[in-house]
Amino acid sequence: MTTTAKIPTTSQRALLIDVKLCIGCRGCVGACQEAHGLPVDDTATELSAKALTAMVDVNDDVHVRKLCMHCLDPSCASACPVSAFKRTEAGPVTYEESKCLGCRYCMVACPFGVPKYEWHAVVPAVRKCDLCAERGAKGLPTACSEICPAEATVTGTRDELLALARKRMAADPQGYFPHIYGEHEVGGTSVLIMSPVPIEQLPLKLGLPTTAMPNLTWAALEKVPGVVTVGGAALMALFWVTHRREEVSAAARKESNHGTH
Amino acid sequence: MARTDTLAQFPERRLLGLGARARGLGFYGWLFLAILAAGAVVLFRRFTGGLGAVTNLSDTWPWGLWVGFDILCGVGLAAGGFVITTVVYVFDLKKYKPIVRPTIVTAFLGYVLVVVALLFDLGRPWNIWHPLVMWNPRSVMFEVGWCVTLYTTVLALEFSGMVFERLGWNRALVAQQTATLPLVVVGAVLSTLHQSSLGSFYLIVPGKLHPLWYSAALPIIFWMSAVCAGLGMVIVESRLSSRAFGRKLELPLLGDVGRALAGALFVYSVLRVYDIVARGASSYLFDGSRESFFFGLEFALGALLPMLLLSRAPVRRSPNGLYASGLLVVMGFVVNRLNVSLTGFEAAQGRTYVPAMSELVVTLMLVAVGFFAFGQAVKWLPVYPEEEAGHGQKERPAPVLLAKAS
Repeated sequence: MTTTAKIPTTSQRALLIDVKLCIGCRGCVGACQEAHGLPVDDTATELSAKALTAMVDVNDDVHVRKLCMHCLDPSCASACPVSAFKRTEAGPVTYEESKCLGCRYCMVACPFGVPKYEWHAVVPAVRKCDLCAERGAKGLPTACSEICPAEATVTGTRDELLALARKRMAADPQGYFPHIYGEHEVGGTSVLIMSPVPIEQLPLKLGLPTTAMPNLTWAALEKVPGVVTVGGAALMALFWVTHRREEVSAAARKESNHGTH
Repeated sequence: MARTDTLAQFPERRLLGLGARARGLGFYGWLFLAILAAGAVVLFRRFTGGLGAVTNLSDTWPWGLWVGFDILCGVGLAAGGFVITTVVYVFDLKKYKPIVRPTIVTAFLGYVLVVVALLFDLGRPWNIWHPLVMWNPRSVMFEVGWCVTLYTTVLALEFSGMVFERLGWNRALVAQQTATLPLVVVGAVLSTLHQSSLGSFYLIVPGKLHPLWYSAALPIIFWMSAVCAGLGMVIVESRLSSRAFGRKLELPLLGDVGRALAGALFVYSVLRVYDIVARGASSYLFDGSRESFFFGLEFALGALLPMLLLSRAPVRRSPNGLYASGLLVVMGFVVNRLNVSLTGFEAAQGRTYVPAMSELVVTLMLVAVGFFAFGQAVKWLPVYPEEEAGHGQKERPAPVLLAKAS
């Protein structure tokens, strides 16, 4: 059984990150913080509750952004017991703070290690990139792509961006490593990354399956109704058998007692 | 009074918070109070400064000791509750009836403590009820939340019989006893679901959990190991309470539990070995890594050694042999759960997690409260059948074991 309704990705918001074009200015890191009301500090190299996107300088020419990949079938959304995470119709994987109970299973489950926690808050929340869902509702691009001076981060629909990525690769086959990261990883993500160097050299999670991760837990969960009905019925049947046997032997004993007296 | 003093010689009695009052609190009494006080300080800081103020949790280690021990081990060690009730009421093996009540007490207290631990560990514990109204049927956590809620209710109802009996509420007691079978069946189904689902948590992290532990069979492995740990706890707790309360140990009965446990450990060991070999992970078994060491510890301690011990009749006839075997199973189980939740993540996370002293204090506090509550339950409620008559302040029948020991 597939567990998610197939949402058409043609009209859904996505991001293309072109590592070849990125000049490492870190504008995206600061613009993101500003758009999300966080203190601006664009030096972040690791995601945190205060940096929803970060940048790793692999060398002087290669700069790689970190951010939520916005999976087509997100682990966090399947893990969350209260559906605080969900993949919205418009595309972004969003988080509803008021529902959250703070179990942090989303953090354990995410294959990219994206959700971060406010460890020192009395009323803590999970923090991660929301693909500027609010700006998107107003028809605006994400803050990170808006500020990007090099078109290294572009907002669009997933289909458009895949086409754009392929066009760039076709125009410069020597300039790109022939892999669009996120096209197939964990069943596909809405953030797509293309690179001038082999992706093994980038700080990206490798070796991910091409099937959606929630299928793994669903393989166990889908057996729940069976365990309840078959298990419950089997136990009741067993009870009936054991107690019936006892009744019969008790009756037999009574009978034989009668016989001897 | 003289007898109370003699009884106090058993450290187990003090461990359960039942030291002789006449001589003050005593060492264990003061220790208990000290642990409570330290726990209160930690919890005050936790609820005023956030989880980061008292734990070594981080974005790399979102789950630590409180999940790995307080919750995963707490639930698993309480599995004796559903195993023994099912054996007695469904399989109709009535000879195990004397251990039904202590096992229910252990399980009920265990689950209550798990819920309390959860209130400390959740970032927003006041939202703990949310899964009951905000559904996500695709979430393992959602399923576990529901099962633990329902099963804790089942255990409360099973436990209530002892309270009704103590209070002499006979009509309530009769009503409670009428519901026994449905409660047992529902309890077994719910336990099977969530004991296995605690393993299903980790199905979604194939890239993070070490191959010695990551397996599609995690749900079955968790269920099977919980059954073993539950039986191990039955033996440990019978021994502890027989020493603490000067009760005669139900030796032949526990010997049979020991034999069943040996069988369960055999099935579990075969399952683990087959799983590892079938997945092609056997090369990790002896590669000298930290993981291989901790796996060896878990498997030798909690499965192989107690299985060998319990397969021998003299061990099953000896209180010490049984006790040692039960303890080994429990310890091995704890190592297994900590391996799955902590050790197995170290390589992928690139750094280790060591619980903070304050995390240990809270865990220790919960364990201490568990011991104390069990002691109080046995003191005030008809937990052991031979104490049903003349319960309370009245003199108990002279303990057989005591005569032998002193």
